[in-house]
Amino acid sequence: MAEDSYRPRDWQSHPPYLHPAYRSTELRAPTRPLIPLRQSLAELTGPVYGHAALAPLDHDLTRNGACNGAPLGERIVVTGRVLDEAGRAVPGCLIEIWQANAAGRYIHRTDQHDAPLDANFFGGGRALTDDEGRYRFLTIKPGAYPWGNHHNAWRPNHIHFSLFGPSLATRLVTQMYFPGDPLLALDPIFQGAPEAARHRLIADFSIAVTEPGFALGYVFDIVLRGRGATPMEAPGR
Amino acid sequence: MTKAVFRQTPSQTVGPFFAYGLTPAQYGYRHSSIAGPVLVEPDTSGRRIRLTGQVLDGAGEPIPDALIELWQADAAGRFAHPADPRGSNLGFTGFGRCGTGTDPGHRYWFDTIKPGAAKPGEAPCLSLIVLMRGLLSHAYTRVYFADEVVANASDPVLASVPPERLATLLARPEDLPGGRVYHFDIHMQGPAETVFFDV
Repeated sequence: MAEDSYRPRDWQSHPPYLHPAYRSTELRAPTRPLIPLRQSLAELTGPVYGHAALAPLDHDLTRNGACNGAPLGERIVVTGRVLDEAGRAVPGCLIEIWQANAAGRYIHRTDQHDAPLDANFFGGGRALTDDEGRYRFLTIKPGAYPWGNHHNAWRPNHIHFSLFGPSLATRLVTQMYFPGDPLLALDPIFQGAPEAARHRLIADFSIAVTEPGFALGYVFDIVLRGRGATPMEAPGR
Repeated sequence: MTKAVFRQTPSQTVGPFFAYGLTPAQYGYRHSSIAGPVLVEPDTSGRRIRLTGQVLDGAGEPIPDALIELWQADAAGRFAHPADPRGSNLGFTGFGRCGTGTDPGHRYWFDTIKPGAAKPGEAPCLSLIVLMRGLLSHAYTRVYFADEVVANASDPVLASVPPERLATLLARPEDLPGGRVYHFDIHMQGPAETVFFDV
């Protein structure tokens, strides 16, 4: 591997394409082995976004969809660091999030769940990591909602995350879950991740991040693929 | 304290409701988009092309909730990124996004330019990331141009693909009144399953 190339996708950490308990994978999962690709400029480069891509309220979902008041639900801070496999900060990383409202309803037009929309909540946001790889969103805790995968299937509370990182090779789309959610054990999407890696999808509650009298705090650190060398041993998870 | 490595955060599906978060302008939501299906500006240099196709599931049905991301070089083969020391000076970002949920035939499309080859000996190509409900980890593929017969014949990546599967990576040109269109369907499964790469 060239020294400037990115470490491979760690398939001990990522879900397989076919995961029959998640029924939509059955007709959509590629069935042939992936063909190895030696990384070239096309993979070592990727879209570059800076502060010009962000509007002032993009990180604040409690205000960026407000029409005539504040959204309903429990205000939360979601913050964390984006790191590579050596534990180094990934600065300037564009993070996009989207989520259901407090009632478990997405603003998406094809969401048929019979729960109310919130005129003051849109549910989409963006942020850029700072020099230490840190990001911060203010939002509403999303509700759980039913889906059609199997009888009485419910998605756990979650926030969708999309990250670019420095290159096409570091692209990651994932979901953040909340600690202690009883639906996690029953959710085939969360359970699709290898068992040893699942806990990395669950944010930590933090009283230090919690803002007194205002919003509970959650910390969600995200690790993207790093470059060349073996990941360093470091305290953490 | 236990020692642990920093391991990659697992991927999860983009799900069915990504549109207002990732492609709001295309789907008519009141939020700006960072990227869309149109990569060209009036002053972009290069030959205008449209890339379009369906994403098909294992039953041959077009998938209405897939998201395709496009990454490409400019007409001179340069990427607008610091890792490309040549830099792109053509004002072309090279990144686009299109969902398959707004076209009646569930097609994606990109209005872009034909890229130059990134290096001598390589054929010009486009990189695609494929995301959708039912795909827990995203898939990478590449689009090569069927009319680049000579360049394709010596491209090292195409040489690594089993010959009987090569056709799945070739976009078929068609000249229409609006200009040059390349057709590229993505088959998730089946006899014509598209080649996906482990990038």
